[in-house]
This record gives sequence, C-alpha cells and structure tokens, in this order.
Amino acid sequence: MSKMNKKKQAKKIVFKTEKEVPLMPMSIGSMLYNKTGAWRNVRPIIDNEKCIQCGICWKFCPDAAIYIENEYPVIDYDYCKGCGLCAEECPSKCIAMVEEEK
Amino acid sequence: MRKVIMGNHALSYGAMISRSQVIAAYPITPQTQVVELLSEMCADKTLDAKFIKVESEHSAMAACLGASLAGARTFTATSAQGLALMHELLHWASGGRLPVVMGNINRSMAPGWSIWSDQNDSLSQRDTGWMQFYCCSNQEVLDTVIQAFKVSEKLLIPSMVILDAFTLSHTYEVVDLPEQEKVDEYLPPFKPLIRITPDEPHAFGGLTSPEHYFELRYKVQKAMEEGLALIEETGREFEKMFGRYLGIVEDHRCEDAELILITSGTMGSTAKIAVDELREEGIKAGNLRIKVFRPFPFDIIRNILKGAQKVAVVDRNISYGHHGMFYQEVKSAMYGHSNGLPLFGFIAGLGGRDITPTTFKEIANYALEKEKPEEEITWIGVNR
Amino acid sequence: MNKQKTMKLSLPEEELMNSGHLACQGCGATLAMRYALKALGKRTVLCIPACCWSVIDGPFPYSSLDVPIFHCAFETAAVSASGVKAGLEMVGDTETTVVAWAGDGGTFDIGIQALSGVAERNDNILYICYDNEAYMNTGTQRSSATPWGAWTTTTPVKHFKERPKKDMEAIMAAHRIPYIATASVGYPEDLFKKVKKAKDIQGTRFLHIYAPCPTGWKSRPEDTIKLARMVVQNSTFPLYEIEWGEKYKLNIKPREKKPIIDYLGIQGRFRHLTKEDIAHMQEEVDKKWERLLKQCEVN
Repeated sequence: MSKMNKKKQAKKIVFKTEKEVPLMPMSIGSMLYNKTGAWRNVRPIIDNEKCIQCGICWKFCPDAAIYIENEYPVIDYDYCKGCGLCAEECPSKCIAMVEEEK
Repeated sequence: MRKVIMGNHALSYGAMISRSQVIAAYPITPQTQVVELLSEMCADKTLDAKFIKVESEHSAMAACLGASLAGARTFTATSAQGLALMHELLHWASGGRLPVVMGNINRSMAPGWSIWSDQNDSLSQRDTGWMQFYCCSNQEVLDTVIQAFKVSEKLLIPSMVILDAFTLSHTYEVVDLPEQEKVDEYLPPFKPLIRITPDEPHAFGGLTSPEHYFELRYKVQKAMEEGLALIEETGREFEKMFGRYLGIVEDHRCEDAELILITSGTMGSTAKIAVDELREEGIKAGNLRIKVFRPFPFDIIRNILKGAQKVAVVDRNISYGHHGMFYQEVKSAMYGHSNGLPLFGFIAGLGGRDITPTTFKEIANYALEKEKPEEEITWIGVNR
Repeated sequence: MNKQKTMKLSLPEEELMNSGHLACQGCGATLAMRYALKALGKRTVLCIPACCWSVIDGPFPYSSLDVPIFHCAFETAAVSASGVKAGLEMVGDTETTVVAWAGDGGTFDIGIQALSGVAERNDNILYICYDNEAYMNTGTQRSSATPWGAWTTTTPVKHFKERPKKDMEAIMAAHRIPYIATASVGYPEDLFKKVKKAKDIQGTRFLHIYAPCPTGWKSRPEDTIKLARMVVQNSTFPLYEIEWGEKYKLNIKPREKKPIIDYLGIQGRFRHLTKEDIAHMQEEVDKKWERLLKQCEVN
C-alpha cells in the first residue's frame, strides 16, 4: 500500500462498548493517524536550487518524514518533528531550519 | 490400550495424544519424568513436536507464549519454584488469551528445600487467570489434559492440570490410553482466528492506557465465566466417546451426608476410604472432592452442601495471615447460602506430611464433637 | 551545476516503519529499526521486550510498523523469538524471519540469560540489540552497557559509572554462534548489508547496533548521526563481524584514528569528566582497539 493510501486509511479509533474491543490487546490501526508535526518548534526548508539530489536527508530522517517526489526530497510536515538531522547532514547545506510561526 | 504408567507419564501421554506441537520445559523434581518421556517421544517421532530445552522455567513459559501466539498447540510442565518463577508470564498467558496447557506437580515452596506435596505453589497462582484442575488418579490426569486443550482453545484461557508430588506423580496405575483417531475427533487441530503472522500484521500486548485495559480484562473474566458450562459439556462428550465422565467435582455419598468433607487432589481419594469406614461406624459422612478450582464451581458446591449439617474443609495449603485457600473460597461461596451451616477449616499435610484415613477420622471426630468451630484454623498433625 | 536526472538511493525506498511514532526528536533507535526493516522485509516477526520501542511503536490499538510484533516480557526477547519461530514452523511457515529486537538493558542485563540459552542451543533466530547505553525508556538509569564515565540518573555526577561497558561481542563469541556483528546508525549501508547477510544465515545471529539517544546523552538531536560516525572513527565502537565465535573481520579501519575528546565533548553525559578521566578512557579505547586488531589479524 502506498504511503498516501496508508495515511488516508489511518484514523483515530474509538470503541463504543467492550464488544468492539479486540479479544486480546492487539493493534488494529496505524500510528499514521498521529500527526507528530505538531511537536515541532523549527521546520526544515529545502532549497531545490542548491539540492544535489544525494538522498542523504531522506536516509537520515528518524521519522521517515522525507519522501522522494519528482527526483527531489520533500518534507512531510504532517510528521516532521524538527530534529534537524536532515539540515545537519546535508552535504550542500541546502536545508535551513526555520522557526515555526505560531 | 491399557498401560501401567506413573502419574507424570500420564501428563506426557496426554500431551502426546493431544498432538502438542511445541513443548518448552525445564527439569525440576518431581516433574522430570514428564519432560524426559516427552523428549523421547519427540526424538523418535512418536510425537511430531518441537521441544525447546530452555534454561529456566521463566524461559519455558516465554517460549510457550511465543509458540501459542504463532498458532501452535503448546504444553509445558513444572512444579513449585519453577511455577513461581513463571509467575509474571502466567498473567501474560491469560491476558494474552493464549491456550497453553501446563502440568503442575504440587510441591512445597522453599525454604527449606522440600520436594514433597502441598498445594501452596498452584494456589499462589489462583489469581493469574488460569483454569485449575486438581487430579487424583493417573487416568484422570491423562483424560484431563485432553479435555483441557479442548476447553482452553475454545475459551482462549490457559489451563493447569495439577498432580500431588509423589503420591500422584510417581505412583504407577493402570490407565486406558485412548485411540489416537478418537482423540483427534474429540480434539481437532488448533486453528486460532488470530495469530502472529506477517500475513496479517498486528502488534500484540502493546502499551494499553486506562481507557482500554479495563474492557480487555472484563473479557477475560467473561470467558472464565463460560468455563464451567464448557467443562461440563466437554466432560459429557468425553464420557460418550471414551466411557469416562470428566466432572467438575466428585461427589462420594454426599446426598444424605450429615458431615461432608471437602478435599482435593489425592487426599480426595483417601477421604473416600475414610468416608466408607465412617459409614461402617454409623456416621453419615460424605466426601466432596473439588476437581475444578478455577473457574470456581459456586453453584455445584452450594447445591451439594444444602443438606449437610456440618462441613469440614481440608486444605493442604495455607494463605499466611488468613486461612486455607479451599476453605476461604468455599466459605465465601456459602455466604448468604449456608443457613448457618458450620464450616470447619483444617490444615493438614503441608510439606508432604502424610494424610491417611486416620487423619480424616480425626477430622471427622473433631467436627462431630463440636457444635461449631471454636477456632479459625484447626491444625491436624502438627507436633505442638 | 550538473543535476542528476534520477535520484539514486543507497537503500531501498520502501518504508516498513511509518511516521507518527512516538520517538524523541533525533532518536537513533528509530533509525536502527528503519534500516533493519528495509533489509528484513515484510516476512518478519519482531519480538520486542520492554524498551523504548515498546513505547515508540505506539499504544493499543495502533502500531507504526508494517510487520507483526510480540510485545514480550522484559527478560524474554531471545526465547520469545525462539518460541514464535518454533510455533510458526509447526504451523507450516518456515519462511518468516523471527527477530528479537531489544534494547541494551533487555540484552546485557535482564535478558542475558534467555539470550545465552538461545545462543547455546543455536536457536534459529536473529537477535538485534539497539544500544543507547542506558535504560532510556524508564528515564536514563545505568545498564551494564553504559560506558565508563557516563552520567545516568543512577550514576550521578559525583559517582559516575566506574565499571567498563560489558563486552557483549566477547560473550556471544564464547557461545560459538554462526554470526555476530556490530553496526552503527551512522553507517546505514553497512548496517543494511549486515542485517541482510544475517537474515539468510541459519542458527543464532547477534547484531549489536549503536543508537545514540539525544535525550539520555544530553546531546543535540541533530548530532545523532555525527555521534554514530565519530564513535566508529575514534574506535570506541568498532565495526566488525565474528563467524562461529572465532573468525574476526574488521569492516572499517579508520585511516586516522580520532581522539575521543571531541566525541565526549558534544554529550552532556560526559561533561563532568576531568582531564585524567578522559585520558583513562582514551587509554582503554586504545587497548581494546589493539586487542581487536590482533584478533582480526589472526584471520
């Protein structure tokens, strides 16, 4: 299943009665419903002009919040926690960490 | 086919004929023969199972949980210290709804080291959500293992089949080993709806908040509550197929009894001899042997005790600071149902001290002499 | 400027670890999982004992991984995996790789008995320890994987850890299992290769992954990869493989072995160390490195 579809299907789960609760404690949904982007204080901004398409930022994201689209890395701001690893590791220094506007 | 085997081997044959698929066990006296025979059966392919020779009982239960979660029929056996070592994982088995069947040899808890029989080890685990079957003959052990798998797999609640150390585990008796085909008919293969597999990924046993835990545990109790009816149903089914009824209790001459002894395990069959002897002497005695302790048979006990004038519960165990545990549970079951029936509580046989028909005579005389109990606990056989 | 037409990624693009998990910013343990799963693929079952990943995965009724997980008791990662593997084989699934995925506490300390048992029996499981060098899930208490000199909540600054890090590779080598390897999230391609290699070996395989923890190490989240690289470059955590407990192979020999002081300098957990302490640490690192080189040379 593509990430888009996985994201779409992920929903918060509410059990109305015990009859809806699974028999044993087992997962039936995805954490993709949990938009960890809300944790951020700073956000990474990629400058495609300077980007050398090396893939290092994609590689080092602990939240798998960078995906590849049209041969360039794209930040998924729904989940990016603003850890700054992408900016730190980028060899062409084309990622800026910018304060989130509240 | 009839064979002369020891109680421990009755567990092994039960596990074998139930087509156990994964066995993980660690040796402890007086259980060792169970796993030794199962090892041989796996080695010569009498039993098609994987035997994981783990390095502790804690690991034994952990391996069983993993195998059961994967959808395999699992069996293990242990005793006393080993059972205690498994404690946290016993909770896991019931909360995780894994139908593991385990043989436990009732052996006294250390210190000091004792390999002889009392019931504190299994009764200390009565709150962990396992069904408990206290057996008193090798045939009963073998049959109960088969039934336990059937009941456990239907309810998704684990079971313990319990034997007294030496008096049952090491005693040789004639047993009828049922035909494999008939057992296969009674006990079909384990096919759980939910199991751990990449074909349908789930995370089992993760972090569970107060928002959800309560409902999950409510469901465990609800399953247990269906247990007695299912045990009765499968017990009757067993009777139809193999000629032996597997009951929840054993009622020996209780119907018109004035004094009813309540017993469990091998002392439950010794008590029958004592009852017969007392009857010869003109005393209307009866013996109620409780086989299924969890789920607790409230109604059956209330019914049987209805006509009695005195009840003497004999515990081969004690919950320190309180009383014998069968006594506690019978007394609580009778609350509001007893019409003032005097309930005497006796502690006997701890650490394997012998319980004989004479012991029961002493108990009977004591109970008959007094109108009602004059002390909470009466100790029988302690040198004071 | 010459731009490539297509991006060439050094690892498979598909993610089996999804976003939305509960890890701290800059978590090394999640990178370890992300890379390992790319190598393991879908036909994997994970047995995860109590550790950060018990929480990172997300609470009931959710999960962030596309592979099944058995959240097992703390001491039991290795043997739970053995049980699952035995069970799966008995129900006809001989393909699925069963992986015990545990932290350093669940491997070096409370889980070591089960791990030793599994290794001695050479049970067919892959054991992966992600090492953030303390009991991080419970708030940074010391484990036997905590390095000498480190602050933790149970080794406060006035009484910092004065026993060396337990040498798990030596312990596992003594069990004569088919494959042991160390890896670091700072070298993802090497980690990926090792997991892939281990996956196809029968018997007990043991992987020890260095996974920095900004929260417990008091380091910047963005320094996680830097730390994971420095630790190899200064030979504190060398990358090597051991076959059958005897054949040692060094994977990366730094051209220039860097002093550890820069590595210690960007972690708050080492801030209290004196010059003498650091000199002592450097000496121990050097001694261990020389010993390892000898073991690798013999082969």
